[in-house]
Amino acid sequence: MDLSRKLAILADAAKYDASCSSSGTERRDSRGGAGMGSTEGMGICHSYAPDGRCISLLKILLTNHCQYDCLYCVNRASSNVPRARFQVEEVVALTLDFYRRNVIEGLFLSSGIVKSPDFTMEQVVRVAQTLREEHDFRGYIHLKTIPDASEELLRRAGLYADRLSINVELPTDQGLKALAPEKDTAAIHRSMGRLKLHIDDAKAERRAVAEAPIRVLPGAATRPARPPRFAPAGQSTQMIIGADASDDRSILRSSAALYGRFRMRRVYYSAFSPIPDASRALPLKSPPLVREHRLYQADWLMRFYGFEHDEIVDDGTGLLRLDVDPKLAWALAHPERFPVDLNVAPRELLLRVPGLGVGSVDKLLAARGTRRLRAEDLRQLKLPTRKVMPFVIVDGHQPRQADLLGALPRSAPDAAAASASASASASASASASASASVAMPAIQMGLF
Amino acid sequence: MQRARLDGPIDLAGFRREAKRLLALGARPEDVLWDCGDATDGDLWSLAETGSAETDPASPVDTRNAGRPAPPLHVPKDFLRLCEDVLLHREPQRFALMYRLLARLAREPAFWRDPLDPDRRRAEQLAREVRHEIHKLHAFVRFVPVPDEDLGGGERLVAWIEPEHHVLEAAAPFFARRFANERWAILSPRCSVTWDGVSLRVGPGAAREQAPAPDAGASLWLTYYRSIFNPARLKVAMMEREMPRRYWANLPEAALIEPLVAQAQARMAGMIDAAPTAPRRLRPIAPIDRSPQGSEAADDPDA
Repeated sequence: MDLSRKLAILADAAKYDASCSSSGTERRDSRGGAGMGSTEGMGICHSYAPDGRCISLLKILLTNHCQYDCLYCVNRASSNVPRARFQVEEVVALTLDFYRRNVIEGLFLSSGIVKSPDFTMEQVVRVAQTLREEHDFRGYIHLKTIPDASEELLRRAGLYADRLSINVELPTDQGLKALAPEKDTAAIHRSMGRLKLHIDDAKAERRAVAEAPIRVLPGAATRPARPPRFAPAGQSTQMIIGADASDDRSILRSSAALYGRFRMRRVYYSAFSPIPDASRALPLKSPPLVREHRLYQADWLMRFYGFEHDEIVDDGTGLLRLDVDPKLAWALAHPERFPVDLNVAPRELLLRVPGLGVGSVDKLLAARGTRRLRAEDLRQLKLPTRKVMPFVIVDGHQPRQADLLGALPRSAPDAAAASASASASASASASASASASVAMPAIQMGLF
Repeated sequence: MQRARLDGPIDLAGFRREAKRLLALGARPEDVLWDCGDATDGDLWSLAETGSAETDPASPVDTRNAGRPAPPLHVPKDFLRLCEDVLLHREPQRFALMYRLLARLAREPAFWRDPLDPDRRRAEQLAREVRHEIHKLHAFVRFVPVPDEDLGGGERLVAWIEPEHHVLEAAAPFFARRFANERWAILSPRCSVTWDGVSLRVGPGAAREQAPAPDAGASLWLTYYRSIFNPARLKVAMMEREMPRRYWANLPEAALIEPLVAQAQARMAGMIDAAPTAPRRLRPIAPIDRSPQGSEAADDPDA
């Protein structure tokens, strides 16, 4: 089988993984080295496919042969899709070639499970090791970790990878038991816990060395050598939405637990999508893209806006509204918390106002440190005033009950439009900085 | 009317020099004409004037202050940073805007505490567009490897790009860090940048024909682009928002977009309508043999 055919099969097999992020790792570049590559914090999307998803990494499987028979998976053992397998050297060469052309930030490698978890993981790790050690490749590497792989392989994976991930696959344990009989939630959590320990330990050890006082001893290095790194971009995971009956409330509860317990950098939501040669046991229909989008928005509310997972869906349905975003839905359901006075309310209340993002809130806080805020300021910030105004009091503006209607989208469940910013989610650029400081800082001066 | 002449469209040093000189003279922002000598950049009137500058008795050089350095002027550090970005924008009024901000800073420095000031919002908007363009340039430069005799059988990477703003010089150091051990060149209409492994050199602009056409090796990238696309999740507007059409001419994969979009609906319908096939017969999986490894229980956060 020629390389192009293999690439077509093994990229097709990998595309149901939503993550393509290349952000959040340490800063490094190719100067002083023998190879190429750099990572500078912010991820880069080198292209976009017509599905609106960012292409940041070469996202492929080492092989799509698999012993497991997870019903939702295009690569499950019982599927009749064509199969292929890359040699380690082929993946290395492809990565380097794409990187030189500047079409990727690095590699996201995953694999079907062949022979044994350890055999498979060993092959995956060898790709990363070859890139780093033989080619001094300094771009981004994300490795999918196989939950049952040995401790030693996990350690080596973390040495070469920027990010490691293990997919929880389904929001609940029952879902996983029903659809992925060979997988086991406890084993997945155990592996995530191990990754977290390694990541935390490596960080602490490296910090300790960096902060150690400089030694002045003849013939000795001024500092002890830095301990090896371990997945500096942390770990992430993914769950499939719409393949089992889990409601949004239980999905958000699972996510909150994953963020809290394992300090996930990201939980990705992947709407279950029709796949070639699908299992007859699963719903074959268009993927629930709007629901996926609302989940990403709810996820942001938990991470950057101070919402608890159980207050986002609290109307007894268990489901997020599809016609309005979850922050607006919460505001509409809690009229007793509004209007918010922009000139006096604390930051956490401003963050609850529909249409006010983290960046806008911080600008308003800075401005109101010098003077009173006026309705005109909101237009100056180019905020969606139809959405904001009904919920705020500001000089020159008092909300009226009738304004609330204006906050609603004109054509309610507009699926296409709604999905717009959603998969910013899966995109490489880390756009939301949750920086907080609001006290009036001294202006730093410089010579013009 | 005062004339401030700059050496090209991104002459930050010249802008600082002229702005300080004009401020010392008390020139009002609305009385200054900024001329950066770029035919595509600046208003027609100032260009017409430029032609006769040598014989014009009211020459732009202010002789009263010649030889006398302008007094030191302190400004907020983020204003300096803002200048660096804004001056790379193609907006002809950028110099006037920044001079106006500077004049206001000199008069009432406290206005800088208000992040919602309209002039400042405008400058920040321009800066954001410039940074965005730099980011997109990092993303959308497409290098084509070409054989280079000088490198003894080695290859040089060459790319062609048409940035929206004057950002190529500002975007180039990124590639010097990323491809420090390669030889590369990025060509654009206004200027070109080359890296020889040691230093960056900015040269004159180039024509599209001087850049190599996509090579056969790029076909694997096209295969990847085709295969990573999921036809069941068509979101063309989202793609175009992040990768606007004006970049497409330099992206080899853009030629695939139209056919992929055209076939998507039928491909998804095909997957949904396909009658389920008989599942492959499964081979039994050998049980995982994981003999106890001593420390394993200690590592278990659930234990």
